Amino acid sequence: MLDKNGIAKRIAKEVKDGYYVNLGIGIPTLVANFVREDIEVEFQSENGVLGMGPFPFEGEEDADVINAGKQTITTLPGASFFDSAMSFSMIRGKHVDLTILGAMEVAENGDIANWKIPGKMVKGMGGAMDLVASAENIIVAMMHTNRAGASKLLKRCSLPLTGVGCVKKIVTNLAVIEVTDKGFKLLERAPGVSVEDIKNATEGHLIVEGDIPEMSI
Amino acid sequence: MINKKVANVEVALDGVADDMTLMFGGFGLSGIPENAIAELVKRNVKGLTCISNNAGVDDFGLGLLLQGKQIKKMISSYVGENDEFERQMLSGELDVELIPQGTLAERCRAAQAGFPAVYTPAGYGTEVAEGKETREFDGKMYVLEHAFKADFGFVKAWKGDAAGNLVFKGTARNFNPNMCGAAKITVAEVEELVPVGALDPNQIHIPGIFVQRIFQGEVYEKRIEQRTVRPRD
Repeated sequence: MLDKNGIAKRIAKEVKDGYYVNLGIGIPTLVANFVREDIEVEFQSENGVLGMGPFPFEGEEDADVINAGKQTITTLPGASFFDSAMSFSMIRGKHVDLTILGAMEVAENGDIANWKIPGKMVKGMGGAMDLVASAENIIVAMMHTNRAGASKLLKRCSLPLTGVGCVKKIVTNLAVIEVTDKGFKLLERAPGVSVEDIKNATEGHLIVEGDIPEMSI
Repeated sequence: MINKKVANVEVALDGVADDMTLMFGGFGLSGIPENAIAELVKRNVKGLTCISNNAGVDDFGLGLLLQGKQIKKMISSYVGENDEFERQMLSGELDVELIPQGTLAERCRAAQAGFPAVYTPAGYGTEVAEGKETREFDGKMYVLEHAFKADFGFVKAWKGDAAGNLVFKGTARNFNPNMCGAAKITVAEVEELVPVGALDPNQIHIPGIFVQRIFQGEVYEKRIEQRTVRPRD
């Protein structure tokens, strides 16, 4: 079974040379730490920066240079700043190659819910609805089950939706799963996790074809 | 040169009244019009509808207007990190309209650019699209979102001149340029008001035509919400 860094590490393998990538808050942010150093990738943050670098050294924080999680960051050579409309032109206009974000629930038809729990948590969707409505390559990073142990990979989302039929791939602490027309297709198992474990933790239809390899991280 | 410079924040906010719709630039606490917000607190105008990506934190930014119960309705994309906001929303004191961040930016830009509405794919099939016109283009569904109508727009820039030209810094730019010229009156506050001619015309982000009033803010706290650092090797 993977921890959060393990999930990020596995997703980092999906990041290819020449990609512009938008990382959501939480596990997705960790992906930047594991991207191969021999490829060129630029990270976009929807508050208006392309070419994000690591966190600043202590004492060098700048209130005017933050990411979408409101964390202080730095920029790399070749970086640019822009306004919010232009930022979402990059997203809506499909100029960003890969979007990695977290979710509370994903359905077997690719629906995603990650912004609201009625009566409990209403923080808002931020840029998530724009991202999932336009991005062609969306990977969800999340734990396979919630804190109560219930599956987050469902037949139908129970929470208010963020987007419909948009998720292509899911990487959890247990598995790598592709969202197909016929349901969740199991691609890889996390180290030490059996197909049975994954089946038990998946409420939606899980397609298992042939031998399922263990992830190499 | 048409002079947009006003003496101070008091003059800059002339005409602001109860029940108005106001726009605020900023993302989190970065690039927020701190001086305009402080003046609104001082004037204690009430019943405001505020368009802003976020709602500040409990004791800073728009959180200060929430504390004074000056806001009737909030139009935002993300409102976490604010307990008072949550309390007022759940108790029904505060009306909240949550919209996608890109839609918020584009509804500002539409107002600025003279478009009555725009089609966006964001929110299609979700509760955000409920009651809104939808339309198919090339096999994909879009939602019609209307341009904002606001009385005042408060923006914050790094540098500006008396002609109203603005230059922003870093990610403090965010929604500020999109809100210029999107309300009936755009009030720009700047960290540094430089002499006319000092800004290179090639490097201006927002031309003065979109700004009605400009002033140099007295103090900028520029509070950091999440101070993240890495160790030196």
